[in-house]
Amino acid sequence: MQRKRKLARGVAVVGAGMSKFGMYPDKNSKDVYAEAFKEMLSSVDKGVDPNDIEALYVGNFTNDFFVHQAHWGPILSDLIGHAPKPATRTEGACASSALAFREGVFAIASGFYDIVLVSGVEDMSKRTTEEVTEGLALATVPYEMQAGFTFPGVFGALATAYFARYGASREHLMNITIKSHNNAPLNPKAQFNASIRDLMASRAERARKRGEPVPTWKDEKEFLSDPKVNPVVAWPMHLYDCCPISDGASCMLLVAEEIARNFTDNPLYVAGIGQGSGKGLHAAPELTYFEATRYAAQEAYEMSGLKPADVQFSEVHDCFSIAELIHIEDLGFFKPGEGYKAVAEGQTRLDGAKPINTSGGLKCKGHPVGATGIGQLYEVWKQLRGEAGERQVPNKNLRVGAAHNLGGTGGTCTFTILERR
Amino acid sequence: MEERPFSDISFEHFLNEEKLMGSKCQKCGALYAPPRPICIKCYGSEMAWVELKGKGKLAAFTSIAVGPPAMVAEGYDRKNPYISGVVELEEGVRVDARIAGIDGTKPEAIKIGTPLTVEFLHRGEGEDLKTILTFKPR
Repeated sequence: MQRKRKLARGVAVVGAGMSKFGMYPDKNSKDVYAEAFKEMLSSVDKGVDPNDIEALYVGNFTNDFFVHQAHWGPILSDLIGHAPKPATRTEGACASSALAFREGVFAIASGFYDIVLVSGVEDMSKRTTEEVTEGLALATVPYEMQAGFTFPGVFGALATAYFARYGASREHLMNITIKSHNNAPLNPKAQFNASIRDLMASRAERARKRGEPVPTWKDEKEFLSDPKVNPVVAWPMHLYDCCPISDGASCMLLVAEEIARNFTDNPLYVAGIGQGSGKGLHAAPELTYFEATRYAAQEAYEMSGLKPADVQFSEVHDCFSIAELIHIEDLGFFKPGEGYKAVAEGQTRLDGAKPINTSGGLKCKGHPVGATGIGQLYEVWKQLRGEAGERQVPNKNLRVGAAHNLGGTGGTCTFTILERR
Repeated sequence: MEERPFSDISFEHFLNEEKLMGSKCQKCGALYAPPRPICIKCYGSEMAWVELKGKGKLAAFTSIAVGPPAMVAEGYDRKNPYISGVVELEEGVRVDARIAGIDGTKPEAIKIGTPLTVEFLHRGEGEDLKTILTFKPR
């Protein structure tokens, strides 16, 4: 029996920072973390003394495997001068930092701490694509790995089930890719900053310069249908359906609600927070949705008293294009089997009725897995404070935004709703 | 056979013996494959092994062009992709499996619902024997 949850006391977000996401051969986890931390300090309107931070939570997934270094809590605690105060690492695959955020919220809500830093970090680019594929697949369920599934493979399989059930096709997924690529150039922290049209033009230009035959595509979808440009990774997931390999870090300063205005006149409040766990493909009730997302969403909606229609925009975990489609249905924004039609109508564009992944999403902003959950909340922070620049959602009454984070093959899903009051 | 624990290791040993086995709750009749040691429907503690017929249909699939190093070592790559799938068995449970006997280079021709039958793909010998649960069209 799921019962209505509430925090024993309110929690506010008063600062946030995020490194630019990308592939950095000359930076390690500490370097990108320092970047995020420095921005967080400068983001607190009335300032914060870092010595007042009582506890640190660090989300991290693959560093053990990719850079052969574990135990990132104390390493980063030392980096920011937080030691000997406590540092705790959370791991929930690609939802690791959403779990750090939740632990921070609970620590404050319980009354134990008043000021905590929650964060995430990942260093992925030092490995080959095959090694990264293997490392991420550590978070599939064991039977999936034995059957040869990779992450793109699991999501590819979900796409085949969704297509068969609802009549959608690859073309519908391309709408999601095109939209993400339109948003990303407006985000200075995104890993990719070219729209699909920009990419078409630059490919043509490159061929012209080399004296090669100049390719032409009639539109973005023809470009994305060209196997030379967009090869299969795990059918029906092609290169442009998949998020990149990224390095990056993100952090947020959480404080007890009653002291929030000591830090800023413009705090955000944690309205709803939900988390669910999943069973893997073989045991999932169906192959066209994530049970864990639906559970997390229900928990967050009930706690907040808000409905899907009240959430004015959302970041969702688009590790693959099909994932975004499934999430916008699981979160209640659109009915099951209707999401792809809403996307085709433009409802999820920046200027649509329900903007989704205004940051460019994991697809274009980048996906340093352990940093993603708080990276998504960073976008919500920027939007709700009216600081999102060119990609600001065009709604003068922006009050409620949310972020959905997913780990593994739906094994860990979170949904967090932030609001301005 | 009845003595074996309801575990992943037992499941794998059965695959080595070319048996696809599940566990059945003796109290409520719920069937699980791979086996579960605890019935998650009624929390009954008595399970029994059940051999599954190994017949089912394709519920979801992917043709993987970029695999992990272990699959690359088996000779799979962009030109020679392999198929992984979810198979819904006649007994009503689903398993993850490798899919053989279907051309992975033409995934658009593969149909959800394709009838499949089990095949046991053995690798190594003796103590190193491992068996990959595989299905092929029937």
